[in-house]
Amino acid sequence: MNDMRLTERTVDATDIKISARKVQVFYGTTHAIKDVDVDILDKTVTAFIGPSGCGKSTFLRCINRMNDTIDICRVEGDILLDGEDIYNKKVDPVQLRARVGMVFQKPNPFPKSIYDNVAYGPKIHGLVKNKAELDEVVESALRKAALWNEVKDRLDAPGTGLSGGQQQRLCIARAVATSPEVLLMDEPCSALDPIATAQVEELIDELRENFSVVIVTHSMQQAARVSQRTAFFHLGNLVEFGETGQIFTNPRDPRTESYITGRIG
Amino acid sequence: MTLADMSQHRPSLYTKDARTKARNSAEKRFRIYGVVAVGVGVLALIVLLSSVLGSGLGAFRQTMLSLPVTLDAKLLDPKGNRDPADLAKATTITYGKLLSQALEAAVTEKGLAPEGMKTKEIGALISKEAPAILRNQVLAKPELIGTTIDFEALAGGRIDGFFKGRVTMESAALDSNVSPAQLELAQKMRDAGMIKLALNPAFITNPDASELRPESAGLGVAILGSAYMMIIVLVLALPIGVAASIYLEEFAPQNRFTDLIEVNIANLAAVPSIVFGILGLAVFINFAGMPQSSPLVGGLVLTLMTLPTIIIATRAALKAVPPSIKDAALGVGASKMQTIFHHVLPLALPGILTGTIIGLAQALGETAPLLLIGMVAFVKDYPAAPPEGFLDPAAALPVQVYNFTQRADPAFIERASGAIIVLLVFLLAMNILAVLLRRRFERRW
Repeated sequence: MNDMRLTERTVDATDIKISARKVQVFYGTTHAIKDVDVDILDKTVTAFIGPSGCGKSTFLRCINRMNDTIDICRVEGDILLDGEDIYNKKVDPVQLRARVGMVFQKPNPFPKSIYDNVAYGPKIHGLVKNKAELDEVVESALRKAALWNEVKDRLDAPGTGLSGGQQQRLCIARAVATSPEVLLMDEPCSALDPIATAQVEELIDELRENFSVVIVTHSMQQAARVSQRTAFFHLGNLVEFGETGQIFTNPRDPRTESYITGRIG
Repeated sequence: MTLADMSQHRPSLYTKDARTKARNSAEKRFRIYGVVAVGVGVLALIVLLSSVLGSGLGAFRQTMLSLPVTLDAKLLDPKGNRDPADLAKATTITYGKLLSQALEAAVTEKGLAPEGMKTKEIGALISKEAPAILRNQVLAKPELIGTTIDFEALAGGRIDGFFKGRVTMESAALDSNVSPAQLELAQKMRDAGMIKLALNPAFITNPDASELRPESAGLGVAILGSAYMMIIVLVLALPIGVAASIYLEEFAPQNRFTDLIEVNIANLAAVPSIVFGILGLAVFINFAGMPQSSPLVGGLVLTLMTLPTIIIATRAALKAVPPSIKDAALGVGASKMQTIFHHVLPLALPGILTGTIIGLAQALGETAPLLLIGMVAFVKDYPAAPPEGFLDPAAALPVQVYNFTQRADPAFIERASGAIIVLLVFLLAMNILAVLLRRRFERRW
């Protein structure tokens, strides 16, 4: 964190994209998330940091209702996307997930061709009318994911045959292809080597132009490198949330300070 | 002794200590047990195959007599008008006499006829089925009447047995069905080229035959019946089984009721097959009034038996699909249904197909439940083409094996083993198909 000039980093956007109020998550009888209030800004990278099991991934999965697939999981409180409650009974999670894309910890391309991986989302959502449009969407998604130049000659090759970093960028391209408004990333670099990590981090910074990005990470350096705002979770509580520079240089809560200096976690 | 002392007295790596020796010999013993176990299995397989093949391959070859037969118009068509109705009045007894006379004439011409042997005794070399075959040939082609044709007559079961080593001169001396003199004649005819062992496609195509004519018994009806049942099982069990598995695995809530269903499915797979037969008898025949001995009822019973196998295999295949793929699909906004049908099912397909084919193979070999629903009956007529044929009486391959073994004539041992070979070939073909499909659809992720 020596050369990052964290304090100079500014947040230009001020539109609130997602606003969470008093969010509680229960797994059966376990109270996993307690009273979390977070405002996620548009066109900003927000990082969730914290020790293992602190609930940061759980909270991330609440934002596109991926927790719905877990039977015993129960979510209370309000999460608003552009002012609309995503846990409202009228909301179909499938529609929500088209607007809030997700990239997972382990690269998980479909066992299909690179092209089909990216084309799948636009196809099922009916975003394109014909093959030519689909080709265009696939190309632009792969370009946004900085993968186009590496794969343009072998779009028919299986996505699972790419290297780990390429696979993760393919997953990002797949998520971007449905033109979501928010991109959730659950430790996207934890299975990657340092070079691939650097590529993905660079990419995340570029994605900020178009999307609101939320990234969960174990690496504080990564949070410091890529994010504008950082939230520190501990034992299911949101301990501190603010501009990344402030969190890393001048934390207000002693627990945050302990964590970023390596005393807990 | 302190740690420092121990390091002073460390033995050389070149000598094995007692513990290492004991462990090594334990491993060696275990390897020997394994080799012995595999050896016993392989030996059992070899014994089984050699005994089945040894006694069954004979069924695929049959002793045939070739002789010229003059189809006397006076005998076969006394009115001379070639009217099918009148032609049909000549019975197999007439044709039998005709064949006996033709055979006597043929052996006399070659100078093989033994002293004092009656026409009837010479004619007994020919199977009782042969006159019926000749009669059908003539009825189908009345213009043959009045001509002389070269007829390949099926030899009697004892004569066939003589050339296959089943019947000997000593056994014939004690046998009221055949005499040593007849066997001698048969041997002479063979030397003269009138009798030969020919390939026997009739074993695959013919229907079953009565106790007295094992030489014409075949598997045609049984193969058709088994094929019809397999069609029914495939058409019913695959969609029902896969749909049930997908629902239970992906959609059903986890509660006591679904737990109960799960336990019951696992138990159903272990229910003795004869119980399914009783169920089929009670429900499908007595209650629903479906026809006995029909492939429909057999297929339904086998479907009930196969369903648990397919459901268990399919659920295992669905479970084996990595959850990350499901997450990926849900993450880009696929619905649950799309996730399952676009991603989970294609990945589970090889497992599902393998399970289904293994279930079918199991059903193909199932005997006990079919006995109870009347498929053990003697069926001489081929079932019609589907779908009507599903209601006609039919036999089934494994039941046919059982039937053959119940008969007194030793010639049926050969038939039973032959039927087992056919059954094994079908099973082997299905298992190879399962392996091939698995290879074809297997995808890595």
